[in-house]
Amino acid sequence: MIEVDKLCKYFGERAAIRDLSFAIAKGEVVGFLGLNGAGKTTTLRILGCLLLPTSGTVRVDGLEVTQNPYEIRGKIGFLPDLPPLYPEMTVGAYLAFAARLRQVPARETAARVTEAEDRTALRDMHGEVIGELSHGYRQRVGLAQAIVHKPALLILDEPSAGLDPAQIVEMRNLLHGLRGEHTVLISSHFLTEISQTCDRLLVIHNGELVGQGSEGELATAMGQGGGSIEVEVRGQPVGLAERMAELPLVSKAHGRFTAENTTVFDIVAGADVRADVARLLVGAGCDLLRLERSESRLESIFMNLTQHPSGGPQ
Amino acid sequence: MTATWLIARRELSAYLRTMSGYVIAAVVLFVDGILFNVRAMGSQQDRLSTEVLSEFFFNSSGLTMAAAVFLSMRLLAEERQNGSMVLLASSPVREREIVLGKFFSAFIFLTLMTLAGVFMPMLILVNGKLSFGHVAVGYLGLLLLGSAALAIGTLGSTLARSQLLAAIISGSLVVCLIVVWMVGTVTERPLNDVFFALALWGRHFPPFQAGILNLRDVVYYLAVTYFALFVSIRVLEARRWR
Repeated sequence: MIEVDKLCKYFGERAAIRDLSFAIAKGEVVGFLGLNGAGKTTTLRILGCLLLPTSGTVRVDGLEVTQNPYEIRGKIGFLPDLPPLYPEMTVGAYLAFAARLRQVPARETAARVTEAEDRTALRDMHGEVIGELSHGYRQRVGLAQAIVHKPALLILDEPSAGLDPAQIVEMRNLLHGLRGEHTVLISSHFLTEISQTCDRLLVIHNGELVGQGSEGELATAMGQGGGSIEVEVRGQPVGLAERMAELPLVSKAHGRFTAENTTVFDIVAGADVRADVARLLVGAGCDLLRLERSESRLESIFMNLTQHPSGGPQ
Repeated sequence: MTATWLIARRELSAYLRTMSGYVIAAVVLFVDGILFNVRAMGSQQDRLSTEVLSEFFFNSSGLTMAAAVFLSMRLLAEERQNGSMVLLASSPVREREIVLGKFFSAFIFLTLMTLAGVFMPMLILVNGKLSFGHVAVGYLGLLLLGSAALAIGTLGSTLARSQLLAAIISGSLVVCLIVVWMVGTVTERPLNDVFFALALWGRHFPPFQAGILNLRDVVYYLAVTYFALFVSIRVLEARRWR
């Protein structure tokens, strides 16, 4: 669906993107990660034909962005970090306008608007003036305009920016609902959102791709296949830390007794060993109170890739 | 419906849904009415109908240029200010369709606003005779002058990031094109012919004001409109490089 080869974009002397190459297959949901100023938005704007590249080739559905920008724009839905809204319009009129701009036939416009409103839970807001909506609803209207013409490719730049926790969960559910129908490229600072929504990740740093693959692939390549696990059991079982340390791929296990008469074990492993640990604890007759990853694996990968950019797979 | 008319229709509804369009129209019509009563009709001396009409079109021409600057300042600058330009820029719409759609919406609104004052020359019928040909030519002149000023305003709005800056750029361009006529009065031939030919008002509007239709003046205003819109389209296209 997307083929990017040696893409460069300069603003004056400053390189926003350097030799960026990646490909996204049809139907994939891909997360685009990077620190502020890494070049994410510039890349997305080039893919959306809003900016021209300085050099390199970018193809969307086989079409080159510099040669066929108008054809490509008909195939994409673009949601920038600030939704492109007209505050004086009603939600329904705005979505109908967006649909007609994207060449949806007049006779199908009303049905497409209703469908987009249903998918973004905006049906009740059809007649409301956009300028009077809350930030969360405006973000939904932004998403609705991006999907109203059923584009093959959806480009979403920070779809959850500025939303409160409840709205972030709602947006995540909306994004889940888009799977299967579109190829989706999402840029976000919310690693949990990316982790739960995307099949694959592209990590960009200082305009260069420093890692790509699924979360598991990236973790394995960085020697963080399992990461850290935290286990809490009742009482103070003897010799359990040593038995945990003997499990395959576990490099370290350490226990500490707490004031609540429980023991918390910190386990570091080269793979996901939660199932092995659970079996061990059940076999030892321990009362298992908690078993979880002690840190976000994606957060750890992201920090490693953006602070030591040579570490990730290409 | 083409993208140009889709955009024009949306823009026109924006003028009608927000206060800005009504405020500009109300102020222009109010001031035009005052000037008509005080300067054109209210003179102590007896005047011919054609003199009253000429005075009316003189006053209206200034107000039309001012209205054009204020109507056009929001066209593209507001889109950039609000971030809504991305909707148009990420849709399968060409830059010329965006610029023309914006321009046509403002021109339609300016036309409605200008024609709303047509009752004023009709008042001459109360005490005198009226040349409908003079009225028609005068209004054609106002619309052509308005079209040129709107196109210049569209260019200003394309260049600016804010509406205020757009109004300043457009207003400055319009004033420069007016005063270029004065420069012509203090320069020698053949240079002064160039200045006179370029002047937005001094040479090309007075014939309309007097009810005289010259093809040269019509072509001038259409050429200014075309050139300003052409540059606006190029500026918008060039923005994809930045």
